[in-house]
Amino acid sequence: MRWIRKNIIGAIAILVLVYLFIPIAVVIAFSFNKPEGKFNLQWNEFSFNAWTQICGVPGVCQSFLTSVQLGLISTVIATVLGTMIAFALVRYRFRGRSSTNLLIFMPMAAPEVVMGSSLLALFLNLRFPLGTVTVMIAHIMFIISFVVVAVKARLQGMDPKLEEAARDLYAGPAATFRYVTFPLVLPGIIGAALLGFSLSFDDFIISFFNAGTLVTFPIYIWGAAQRGIPPQVNALASLVFISALAIVLGAQLYSWRRRRSLATH
Amino acid sequence: MAPIVPVASVAPVHVSGPKRSSRSVYILLIPGLAWLAVFFLIPLFTLFMTSLQKESASKPGTYVFGIQLSNYANALAEYWPQFLRSFVYAGLATILALAIAYPLAYFIAFKAGNWRSLMLVLVVAPAFASFLLRTYAWKTILADDGVVTSTLNSLHLLPDGRILNTGIAVVAGLTYNFLPFMILPLFASLDRIDYRLIEAGSDLYASPAKVFWRVTWPLSMPGIVAGTLLTFIPAAGDFINAELLGSAKDRMIGNVIQTNFIEFRDYPTASALSFALMAAILILVFGYIRRSGTEDLV
Repeated sequence: MRWIRKNIIGAIAILVLVYLFIPIAVVIAFSFNKPEGKFNLQWNEFSFNAWTQICGVPGVCQSFLTSVQLGLISTVIATVLGTMIAFALVRYRFRGRSSTNLLIFMPMAAPEVVMGSSLLALFLNLRFPLGTVTVMIAHIMFIISFVVVAVKARLQGMDPKLEEAARDLYAGPAATFRYVTFPLVLPGIIGAALLGFSLSFDDFIISFFNAGTLVTFPIYIWGAAQRGIPPQVNALASLVFISALAIVLGAQLYSWRRRRSLATH
Repeated sequence: MAPIVPVASVAPVHVSGPKRSSRSVYILLIPGLAWLAVFFLIPLFTLFMTSLQKESASKPGTYVFGIQLSNYANALAEYWPQFLRSFVYAGLATILALAIAYPLAYFIAFKAGNWRSLMLVLVVAPAFASFLLRTYAWKTILADDGVVTSTLNSLHLLPDGRILNTGIAVVAGLTYNFLPFMILPLFASLDRIDYRLIEAGSDLYASPAKVFWRVTWPLSMPGIVAGTLLTFIPAAGDFINAELLGSAKDRMIGNVIQTNFIEFRDYPTASALSFALMAAILILVFGYIRRSGTEDLV
């Protein structure tokens, strides 16, 4: 009885983690399925087909590359803009601070349908053609806020003594920034960029409203859901999932080992 | 989707280092803020203007400037069931997510020890697999001849004898999809609790239940408020789960906005519904924050 009471929370916690991964297990498993008929919903037969011919279905890889490109460009622009705001918020006093915070908070709190439809309303009224540019504008818009929050947290967590030390050692503002501040904030910026990319890459609702005829990877999946999603899509998504997980776990391991080696020295 | 942010957004703002005031700050601020103003704020205004447009007399099917408040009345008269359903489904999903997330967040914050960062990575990791595909996978898991449905059926727990294409599947999908948004703010909030306060409760002979309800739960309130909002808001506006997992009877307001905008091209109706959704959520959020007394969310 006591044992149960002691471990029940741990048991529930593990069950919840398992629950989070059940659909992902299904996605990966069905990349090895050879579906009978159009719909890849029922297990039929094991096959490596989707993996060996990962671009075997027209449009899949095209949409995948579109999403990668969109994600890269949007992320770079949004990361630069967001990092600048984060520096301003942490390092400067200025008027309009609370309205700035509100403007940054609002896109994170607004429902995606509202953001997608309002941007579409803007582009329609301006008669601006829908496509790559409009989707990119939308992605940059919703990534900025997340970058600001992530970089801000990193900047606030930084020990101000490090920069003071640099100044005491006669480093000018530019040198302090280049050799002390920037390297210290960089992991935060990289984290923010990775987050931004994954948000952009997986975004469906906002993109769908503003894409016109452009087909991103999620838009391809949405279209395919009506007529059957080919297992190639599962294979590509599994590939993304596994590589992203590997990157994050690798980074974790790296920082853990570094902390340990610093602790032993 | 964006799981790192909730953690940070509820973190206390403490000022580090000396702050300068200088004009150059506007060089840092203006590009990003202008982007948000032009592509977030102005569109909301355009959405509002579009929601008041009237149909052109000379060219049917196109819309011109007007101040037709009846668009709102008509849209809401036609689609109030979907509106209401969105809030009910999102509310149910939020309560379920809170119940599921709390034990995990509690465990990571207080008991996980060395496993803590790994567990946090695992909470975030599902976001790396496509949202649409994960939702689609529930079609397989909840299928009529699947294990879940037949088990629940043998216990006579399902009113319709099935899960897929019912409201249950939609609520289940919403709960699953937005769960990380509940876990992370809860964790952030629990993590900041001084564990000695909880120990003090048991030292003073309070039962574990009493310690939880009198100490842990109230101290984690900022996380509960942030988590419920971050789950409820995207769930109320979602149309993916209703489309993939529900039937035509389970459509939510997001589905209506999407079809009216993109398929029917009835822009005023769709805009009116979208604007009404935003307004309803804002009212709800502010009322909720005031009642729970957590004003430092932003």
